[in-house]
Order: sequence, then C-alpha cells, then structure tokens
Amino acid sequence: MATQSIDGPKRGSLLSDQRTRAIVFQALAFFLVAVFFIYIGTNTARNLEALGISTGFGFLDSPAGYDVAMSLIPYTATDTHGRVFFVGLLNTLSVAVTGIIAATILGVILGVLRLSKNWLVSKLVYWYVEVVRNVPLLLQILFWYGVLLGLPRVRDAIPVFETMFLSNRGFYLPRPVPGDGIGLIIIAFFVAVIAIPIIARAARKRQEQTGQIFPVFWTSAALIIGLPALAAIVTGFPLTFDYPEKGGFNFKGGMVLRPEFVALWFSLSIYTAGFIAEIVRAGIQAVSHGQTEAAFSLGLKPNWTMRMIVLPQALRVIVPPLTSQYLNLTKNSSLAIAIGYPDLVSTFGGTSLNQTGQAIEIIMMTMLVYLTISLLISMLMNYYNKRIALVER
Amino acid sequence: MKLGKFLFAAAAVTALSTGASAGTLDDVKAKGFVQCGVTTGLAGFGAPNDQGEWAGFDVDFCRAMAAAIFGDAAQVKYTPTTSKERFTALQSGEIDVLARNTTWTFSRDVNLGFEFVGVNYYDGQGFMVRKSLGVTSAKELDGASVCIQTGTTTELNLADYFRTNGMSYESVVIETSAEGRGVYEEERCDVYTTDASGLAAQRSTMADPSEHIILPEIISKEPLGPLVRHGDNQWGDIARWTLGAMIVAEELGVTSANAEEMASTSKNPEILRLLGGEGDMGAQLGLPADWAKNIIMQVGNYGESFERNLGTTTPLALERGLNALWTDGGILYAPPMR
Ligand SMILES: N[C@@H](CCC(=O)N[C@@H](CS)C(=O)NCC(=O)O)C(=O)O
Repeated sequence: MATQSIDGPKRGSLLSDQRTRAIVFQALAFFLVAVFFIYIGTNTARNLEALGISTGFGFLDSPAGYDVAMSLIPYTATDTHGRVFFVGLLNTLSVAVTGIIAATILGVILGVLRLSKNWLVSKLVYWYVEVVRNVPLLLQILFWYGVLLGLPRVRDAIPVFETMFLSNRGFYLPRPVPGDGIGLIIIAFFVAVIAIPIIARAARKRQEQTGQIFPVFWTSAALIIGLPALAAIVTGFPLTFDYPEKGGFNFKGGMVLRPEFVALWFSLSIYTAGFIAEIVRAGIQAVSHGQTEAAFSLGLKPNWTMRMIVLPQALRVIVPPLTSQYLNLTKNSSLAIAIGYPDLVSTFGGTSLNQTGQAIEIIMMTMLVYLTISLLISMLMNYYNKRIALVER
Repeated sequence: MKLGKFLFAAAAVTALSTGASAGTLDDVKAKGFVQCGVTTGLAGFGAPNDQGEWAGFDVDFCRAMAAAIFGDAAQVKYTPTTSKERFTALQSGEIDVLARNTTWTFSRDVNLGFEFVGVNYYDGQGFMVRKSLGVTSAKELDGASVCIQTGTTTELNLADYFRTNGMSYESVVIETSAEGRGVYEEERCDVYTTDASGLAAQRSTMADPSEHIILPEIISKEPLGPLVRHGDNQWGDIARWTLGAMIVAEELGVTSANAEEMASTSKNPEILRLLGGEGDMGAQLGLPADWAKNIIMQVGNYGESFERNLGTTTPLALERGLNALWTDGGILYAPPMR
C-alpha cells in the first residue's frame, strides 16, 4: 500500500549502502569540479586567443623597463619582470615583518595596560582600541601619509643631532659602512644569541634543583651588548658612517626611510595593535582569577605571577587569534598601492601587469605568494601553539 | 581591493563566452548607449564640468560615437579608469571603447589585443617643475624626485631618458592625476612628468599655475588615440571613421554651425558624401545615413572640439602645433572619405 512505496529501493541495492553512496557522490562531486575547471581553463585560453592576447610566462625574462623607488636587492630598469617580482616580494615582506613586530609589542603593552587598575590608563587604551579598530585602514594610511607629507620640505629639513634630517621626502639617516673586522662583531653577536638559551636552560635546572635564582635577563642583555662591544674594541671599531648631506634636489649619501614606507608600516602597526590588545586582554582575563590568588597565597610576587602563572596560560588563548592578525596585517600591506609604496601588488601585480598585459599569470603568481606567506605564518604559529599547549597527563 | 578589481576583470575575461567577435554595435544598440572609458579626471580631456557632466576632448570622441550611432550625443555612459585599470576594463568588455589619452604603442596594439583607431592628439612627454627651483632644462634634473603615474608609457620613457643621460632619480609613483597634483604640490617631488598636454592640463588646475614651468625637452613620441578591442572590425571601423569624419569635416570647412545648410546647398561631392546626401557610407557602417552630420552638428569638427576643450582660449591654452591640419603645417591627416 502507501507505506510500501515510501520504503524506497529494496535492500541490497548499491545506492542504499551508505559507504558506496558516499563514494559515488564524492566521485561525482570531484568529477564536476574537474569538469568545471577544465571548462574555465579552455574557455579562458580560447577567449584570450580570440582577443589576440598572448599568454605564457615568457614575460618574466623580458626587461621591465621601469624603476622601483625602493629595493633591497640591486635593481635597475634593465632588469627583468622576474626580478621585479622579488623586489616587490621583499618590499612586502619587509613591511609585513616590521609591522608584525611593532604591532605585537605595542599590542601586548596596550592589552596589559587595558587591565590596569588606573582608570585613566585603562580608558585611554579603551579609546585607542575603539578608534583604530573602527576607522577603515585605508583612511588611516592616507591620513598618516598626509601627515608625513606635511613635514618640512627638503630644503627646510629638520636636523636631528646634526647627522639626521627629517623632511617630507623621508627621514635621512647615516648609513653604516662596514670596514675590515666587522665579521668578528657579527660572530660575537651570534655567539651571544646561541649562548642565551643554553644559559637559560642551565639556570632553570639549577633553580629546579637548588631553588636559587639566576638573573637570566640581565646576563642575556649583558652578553648581547657586551660581546659585540668587546669585539668592536678589539678590532678597533671597524664601522664608519656615511652621513646624508644636502646636495642638489635631495640629500645625498646616507640612507632614507621614505614616507611611503613609514606611513604604511605605522598604520599597519597601530591598526593591528588595536586588535592584538583586545586579544591579549581577553587572553589574560580568560585565566581564572583563582590562579592568581593561589599564586599570591604561595607568596609569589605580582610580576612573577604574571610571568609564570598567568601568561603561559593566557598564551594558549592568545596565539590562535594572533595568527590571524598576522595574516591580516600581511594581506593588508597590499593597500600599499594607495600611497605608492612599491610592494608586490603595486609593482609586479600592478605596473608589470599593466605593461605586459599578462593579467592571469601575474594575478595567479601574486595570489600564490600571499597564500604561501599565509600558510607559512600559520605553520609557524601552529608549531609554537603546540609547544605551549597544555600537556595533559 | 585593487587586487579584487583585477581579479574581477580577469574573471570577466574568462567568462566572456564569445569574446570580442560578437557584434559590439548590436550590443550597444540593444542597451541604448555607448559605454566609454575615460580618465578619472583630467582637465580639458575628460572631467566632469560644473554641472557634473563629463566634458573634454576625449569625452567629445565618446559623444561623437553616440551621435553617429543614435543620432544623440548624450547616449554615453562613462567609466572613469586609472591608467592602470584602463586596459583590463577594455579587454574584459566593461567598456566598449577607450578614449583616454592613451599612447598607441606596438605592445598595446599587438600584445594586449587592441586596435587603435587613429590619433586624435600628437603629443610627447615633458617635464614640469616649480619655477623657484631655477631649472631650465631636463638635463639638470640629476638626483631629483619625479612624480609619475603608474601604468603609463611615461614610466618607461622616464627610466630610458635618465639612463641615457647618465642621471639618477627617485620615482614617486601615483595612481591618478588628482593624487599626483596633491603630491606634487606638497613638494614630495621636484618634477612632474607626463604627456605635455597632460602637464598643461595639470598646471591649469594647480593652486597657482604661474609658479610652474614646462621644460623645453620633449623626450618621446606619444600619439594619443581612442582604441577598441581586437576582432570586431565593424566596431573598429565605426570608431575609426568617427574620428576620420571629424577631421575631414575640418578639412572641408564643415562646422556645427553650417553642416545643416551645407547638406542641402553644397555642390562638393565629398561634402555631400560626408553629410549623407550622396552614397551610402552610413549603411556600409551599419549606421544611419546622417551619422557624420549628427557628429558634426552635435559635437563639432575636430578643430571645434580642440578649441573648445584645449585651445588658446581655455585654461590649458594649447596651440594646435603638430595637431594642425596637414594643410596648415601640422600632421593631422585623415584618409579620404570615398
Ligand atoms: N599617454 C600615456 C599616459 C596617459 C596618462 O595616464 N596620462 C595621465 C596624465 S596626462 C592621465 O590621463 N591621468 C588621468 C587620470 O589619472 O585619470 C599612456 O598612454 O600611457
């Protein structure tokens, strides 16, 4: 009767078996997706051909023909688009890395201050966070760029300690010129860098065994400054400086932090710091107050309580959202284009794209770069997160 | 954000199922207007006027096409494009024609898949500096900061010029002419470089135009003209002969004031062919017989458009120079209408 027909296919049919059904559907989905991509691919190729647009990656070897204002590797207009790719990539990375460092330091400080018992301090941070998080980043970048362009003109540049100059074309600084023996100083620095974790570990062991505390922080600071300084004295200070001097239209010599870089770096840092501050605050508050009370009742000093009880637990809450802030900052750096900072998107993804017309190839490469950077950051943070995660026994 | 725009354009190129070979004219007739790519705002060439309507020398070309197709120069919609976006906009079909002081170069013609339909302004790249710098020649610009619009031929010429002359410079890259004006006026750069006509346009909108001079050196050839996508020859022909009709009209002395009258009284067969009294040029283009007459009556001939937008009575105060008719010592020359 009626019930019979609802029963559906009889038992034993292939489709009624859940496992086969799942496999069939997945294969079907995979097939459809593949067909879709093949269709898109061939269609694109056909259209590009119909429009007479050439394709391929040959353009990477042809000369770019244009200059880039800032480059960490030697670059001239006769170099190739392939090299522009690296120039742009390094510029993106430099603003992203310096931005992440600054945003983290500022964000952590602000996050802790937000919890301050001082009403004024806590309110000030509150307003900072509200303002920077709610004003679109692009506007902030344009604002700070405008502020920097409002600095004095080159000919009226403000001297700082007679050796540095501040103008709306940038901050001109002495450029260090390494002489003979600079290698020793670098080696000394790295020796200090390697020695510090070893000392820290030994100190922890000693403390665990004997209860005596070793001043790790001060020792580290002394090492990292002292060793290179010692090396410098031994080699007779093999470092000279090339000072910027007024010459012609601009300053000659020295090095310069351009307003485009500073505006972008600064805006990215203070914007992301607003988010990080909130993450840090939330992380600290997530640690139950009982933990602090317990620590106090054991007689731990407040700043030790913070360092040894609260922070390690808070970090577990902080790190995952922090990762996405780092990713955001990196991706937001592509707003560089608005003020002409030569990052990957504005050089390779912009000018090169425009000059060669290879939109699809270039956009694909650019997207791959951002994807790779994002995955790398995620991997590093996941690794770190695993290390600090609660080890359940 | 910009990435998104490019992505969109790339996706649009991808999704265009029939590409440029579809009848653009039919599409345009069906939607009832010409979608014309123009600048984001460059005085004299393409910028909204006091009434908020687009006006300018390049805008006139868009209007002329609309007049030819619809008999109404107002049937145009404008898409402002930066120098960087303009090509993607045309490739993807977002616009039907690009009239935006674009230099005709080999790679744009061949590699990007476009068809330049002619030259409406013969130009060359120049330099503008503040008078107070005391510079009189581009050869004195060693070490200067130069403002330059990205995605232009200008960018490439500049690099070549400084390299050839053994000079160095710092490039300050800008995206639109409005941004460039701001940055230049803040003295972030000493020099502004672009097409000489563009410099005149930019200078005319500076706070005090008399504070700036354009240096004598012209470092490149910049034949500026309208362009369409490769592959739709009918549409290309319409664009080519819209420009041709405006130039021929000037040669023949046909103006917006006398076109109506000449159409009925003229004895000159070339004028009659142009104005639709003789032959079937309009039909051959797929347009009404009075297509060119409509252009001339509503937009004017080449000379009228030039004087109205760029000429000596405008703030740009540009001489005809190279753009005078070949009979007047210039190189402006349209193929015969026959
Ligand atoms: N003719 C050059 C330059 C064209 C160009 O972009 N010129 C600038 C200044 S003359 C412009 O039109 N700017 C208007 C805008 O930014 O929208 C080319 O085709 O590459």
